[in-house]
Amino acid sequence: MESHVTHKQRLWLYILTALILLFLVVPTLIVVPMSFSSANSLAFPPPGWSLRWYQNFFEQDKWLTAALVSLRTAFGTMIVATTVGTAAAYSLHVGKFALRGTIYATLAAPLAIPAILLAIGLFFVYASAGLLNTTAGLIIAHTLVAIPFVLITMTAGFKSYDMSQEMVARSLGANRLTAFLTVTLPQVKFSLISAALLAFIVSFDEVVVSVFVSGGDVSTLTKVMFQTLRDDIDPTIAAVSTLMLVIATVPPLVLQLAANRKRES
Amino acid sequence: MTSAAPTALPVYISALSKYYGAFRAVDDVSFEIAAGEFLTLLGPSGSGKTTLLMMLAGFARPNAGSVRLGDREVIHLPPHKRDIGMVFQNYALFPHMSVGENIAYPLKLRSVGRAEREERVRRVLDLVQLSGYAERRITELSGGQRQRIALARAIVFEPRILLMDEPLSALDKQLRETMQIEIRRLHDRLGMTTISVTHDQREALTMSDRVAVFSRGRLAQVATPSDLYEKPANRFIADFIGESSFIPVRRTPEGLVYGDQLLRLADAGDGAQADPLLMLRPERLSIVRPGQVACDEKRNVFSGLAQSVVFQGESLLIEVRLDPGDVVLVRQSNRAGEAANRPGAGERVDLVLDRPDARIVSAEG
Repeated sequence: MESHVTHKQRLWLYILTALILLFLVVPTLIVVPMSFSSANSLAFPPPGWSLRWYQNFFEQDKWLTAALVSLRTAFGTMIVATTVGTAAAYSLHVGKFALRGTIYATLAAPLAIPAILLAIGLFFVYASAGLLNTTAGLIIAHTLVAIPFVLITMTAGFKSYDMSQEMVARSLGANRLTAFLTVTLPQVKFSLISAALLAFIVSFDEVVVSVFVSGGDVSTLTKVMFQTLRDDIDPTIAAVSTLMLVIATVPPLVLQLAANRKRES
Repeated sequence: MTSAAPTALPVYISALSKYYGAFRAVDDVSFEIAAGEFLTLLGPSGSGKTTLLMMLAGFARPNAGSVRLGDREVIHLPPHKRDIGMVFQNYALFPHMSVGENIAYPLKLRSVGRAEREERVRRVLDLVQLSGYAERRITELSGGQRQRIALARAIVFEPRILLMDEPLSALDKQLRETMQIEIRRLHDRLGMTTISVTHDQREALTMSDRVAVFSRGRLAQVATPSDLYEKPANRFIADFIGESSFIPVRRTPEGLVYGDQLLRLADAGDGAQADPLLMLRPERLSIVRPGQVACDEKRNVFSGLAQSVVFQGESLLIEVRLDPGDVVLVRQSNRAGEAANRPGAGERVDLVLDRPDARIVSAEG
């Protein structure tokens, strides 16, 4: 529809939008050129270019071990949180039991609770349960943090899905699990993939809880980054940040492109 | 009634009840459906007809009662073990599958081989007159086509019973009427025991062998369409099926009396009810000039004042206030020959009700 407001009259809106986008993106992207710096300390703009900080990252056990811990934890979290969160979203969507509101609020609580509080609580529980500095402990803690994201994403997915299709499938001879797997799941698959990616990224980026419950050989990348920052500041941190940025942004972009292509065809 | 297919089963529903708290959605309902019969559950919304259907399909668990398919009790079986085909109100076709995959879905679950699957999909598509549609996407189909595919998917595995929940309510009026006849024809070919739910009385009368009318969770009457129309059990049914006016009548030693006029009734036994009402179908009353027809053993003549005349195309609806004060509706066909007897508003008229058309119903259901 044709608007009566000219582009000139809306100039302020464009400028404001551009400024907001700039503030969102610049701090993120500033580490990228810094990681390719030839200088010995973090500096912007870099005086010259080199790949030495990436080399540094891939040659040190400290970084590689931490990267593997983070990846392992993120994969584990993705699988557990997506499964549990999807099951919870499904039962809350389909079920008509009395405690639905309470259960939803409990599962979503880690979103509202300060991370530091959660981390302290987990630390004491883990200390007595022997889960400190273990991958399993990390996966459980990260699952806790990631479930709200899965829950919200999958609840939205189920809302736009016509549940009577599952009833039809059951009347046609499918048991509940088969009906869910063959009829419901294929239709919420984009929500499911988004939820899984979110769970992965939430775990991979998680700092506060990891600082408390991971340690030693089972320290996450984020924890090692923090420790390193405290001791000496060299551009390896920028290189690690850039790598994390790639891992966190490339899969969602690829997914988005695939989804768009599918919609167009 | 049509000949039943060899696989068709009778359905026995006895003392079936479903409560939601204090609300009795279905209250002690018992009746039977013969093998190969087409029965429609009819009633206003909230009358329990859909809840009953959901209990037959296995999606709702009754608080009491029994449902038998043939000699097998199914009340404890989950939906997927009942072998019942079901067409849902919104069709619920699977949008991520093609038409052919939708129809083949129940066959795959039954491990029917690929070649036979394709053959049966082809045959059922022929049956619903959508040959060659197997490769189409669901989104490419019109409403009527979706309805047929939903039906095809529900019958392709030759279920013992076919259930339909408001199968035509999503279609426009014209398509609905075509599909009513088509579904009935399909039923006659397949001879499958079929139970349909609707709130549309015309749909029920058109398609069914028998109609079960529900009111507030209870079965009000189950009868053939013509019996339901001609001999309704009570005022609720007479009101729900077709149009009617009702006038209160009194019991006297001579017989039933309206005002001071002795009524000539179709069936003397009709006088047994507690609060008798004379049921007047608008199309069974004819309008004449005052004094033109005399009251005798064969007919009743009521005098009154025409209040309004409404033109409705194929007929006219005339509102008449009878002399004792009750207002009744009269339908006059829109033929030139009838025009001579057409009153204007405010004119006095006589209404003639032939004795076989004079039926008494009870006020209470």
